[in-house]
Amino acid sequence: MSKGALATEKRGIRELGAEEHVGWDEVPQGVILESFEEELKENVAHIRPEERPYSDFNSYTATVASWRVIKPVYNRDVCIDCQNCWVWCPDTSIISRDKQMIGIDYDHCKGCGVCVEVCPTNPKSLLMFGEFEEIEEALAKWPEKKKKS
Amino acid sequence: MAEKMELNEVEVWDGNYAASQALRQAQVDVVAAYPITPSTPIVENYGTYVANGYVDGEYVMAESEHGAMSACVGAAAAGGRVATATSSQGFALMVEVLYQASGMRLPIVLTVVNRALASPLNVRGDHSDMYLGRDSGWIQLDAFNAQEAYDLTLCAFKIGEDMNVRLPVMVHQDGFLTSHTAQNVHPLQDDEAYKFVGKYQPYEEMLDFSKPVTYGAQTEEDWHFEHKAKQHKALFDSREVIEKVFKEFKDLTGREYKRVESYMMDDAEVAIVALGSTVETAIVAAQQLRKEEGIKAGVVAPRVFRPFPFDEIREALKGVKAATILDRSAPMGAMGALFNEITTAMYTTPHRPILNGYIYGLGGRDFAVNEAKRIFKEAKANADAGYLTTPIQQFSGVRGPKLGFFETKRG
Repeated sequence: MSKGALATEKRGIRELGAEEHVGWDEVPQGVILESFEEELKENVAHIRPEERPYSDFNSYTATVASWRVIKPVYNRDVCIDCQNCWVWCPDTSIISRDKQMIGIDYDHCKGCGVCVEVCPTNPKSLLMFGEFEEIEEALAKWPEKKKKS
Repeated sequence: MAEKMELNEVEVWDGNYAASQALRQAQVDVVAAYPITPSTPIVENYGTYVANGYVDGEYVMAESEHGAMSACVGAAAAGGRVATATSSQGFALMVEVLYQASGMRLPIVLTVVNRALASPLNVRGDHSDMYLGRDSGWIQLDAFNAQEAYDLTLCAFKIGEDMNVRLPVMVHQDGFLTSHTAQNVHPLQDDEAYKFVGKYQPYEEMLDFSKPVTYGAQTEEDWHFEHKAKQHKALFDSREVIEKVFKEFKDLTGREYKRVESYMMDDAEVAIVALGSTVETAIVAAQQLRKEEGIKAGVVAPRVFRPFPFDEIREALKGVKAATILDRSAPMGAMGALFNEITTAMYTTPHRPILNGYIYGLGGRDFAVNEAKRIFKEAKANADAGYLTTPIQQFSGVRGPKLGFFETKRG
């Protein structure tokens, strides 16, 4: 499975349910799960996701996209960095930096297609392809600009 | 800073007022409530304390009891001392969230004024709502009068918030019989009471932004069981802390509480086991029978309904020949819940007294001293005969033909 943009060593390394199964004496009291391995010294909003000390209990380190059957493919050549897809994505799986679109986080994208719907360019900069379609092949099939009728 | 209230050495308070004063003295951070008869005055009084500057915390009016307990869960997870009150239908509406609160190990205090459950609609006291909470993972303390409602509410904070417990605690009292009966209550002064309860110690609070945490995670068949087992063990382990807090309370006030209360049990031949205000009725009956007829009668009463005092019950009843267990809740196709738990405890001892049960007092039906005396005498007849002479389950105080279920099978 493709991991997409800005994947770090930790992102999506676990399949859900594949974690070590400890006994009742070792599970955390009250099922209270810590998001980070260490205490944060600054506001987490000011730390980039790939630099945050995510714990194994955070879904950042899990891949939760195994049930995706179609995926969005991003075409940098057409994109105008309007950020519509970043705003609308329900799984924060559009990765953008300094208002520049970078790509997709395939560890968390569920393939809902909202990003494609809201993309305003002609042709669209995001299109849905089959999960097992290679990115290069998908980009080679990109449609031409539609003429105004 | 909250204003202090100067209290007399003896105040005349009903159970509701006593509970509300204990909440005020504990300086609760958030009370989220949806008032319901007969516990309405607890939060009504509390609202008055807030309005008059006697409380620093927040008072949240919720849209339902489900909403009230949900707000309590949120506030407790955020890191505050939290309490509320309810009864009956309101308790029933809270049930879903009660399990959430205990599963998340949030030490919320819920003062419950026991009332029957509809249908038919009824505002009077019985133990249906208390029984409905018995599998919810909360510690359940039972007050038999207004003084105890006050004392146990203060103890509830200290027990639930102990770092070795971290479980929510209910303090029960009987609707109207306790909640609306004014009695002499010996309160602590504000500073003394707060010093006993102690400053709230947060644990994994959501408002600690340097350490974000998730509350209410989902677990399936691979994790759920371990968490529930851990929580169950925490409930049983809380016995030690409950005893420690009761001891500290005795050292402070001279008033002693035990996980199981025993009255006149040293030489008792027959006993009544009951909960709530009925305990005091049974004590009066036992005193009279001892004087009038020389029957060695005693009373056993679980002060802590959960964790169930399996160990202490076996001790308390080990000397009796016969005991009758009273359940103030319709068991609906089973034996009474208290009957079941007491008999299970006694079955696991070499000494097995003759045990039977009564369903009584539903929907506030009166249970008077004479009826308690009759039941004691029936137990004495069983003790003398050496076997159970009546059906195992009978009904006390219901009109119509005599109702009873199941006989003992004798070899």
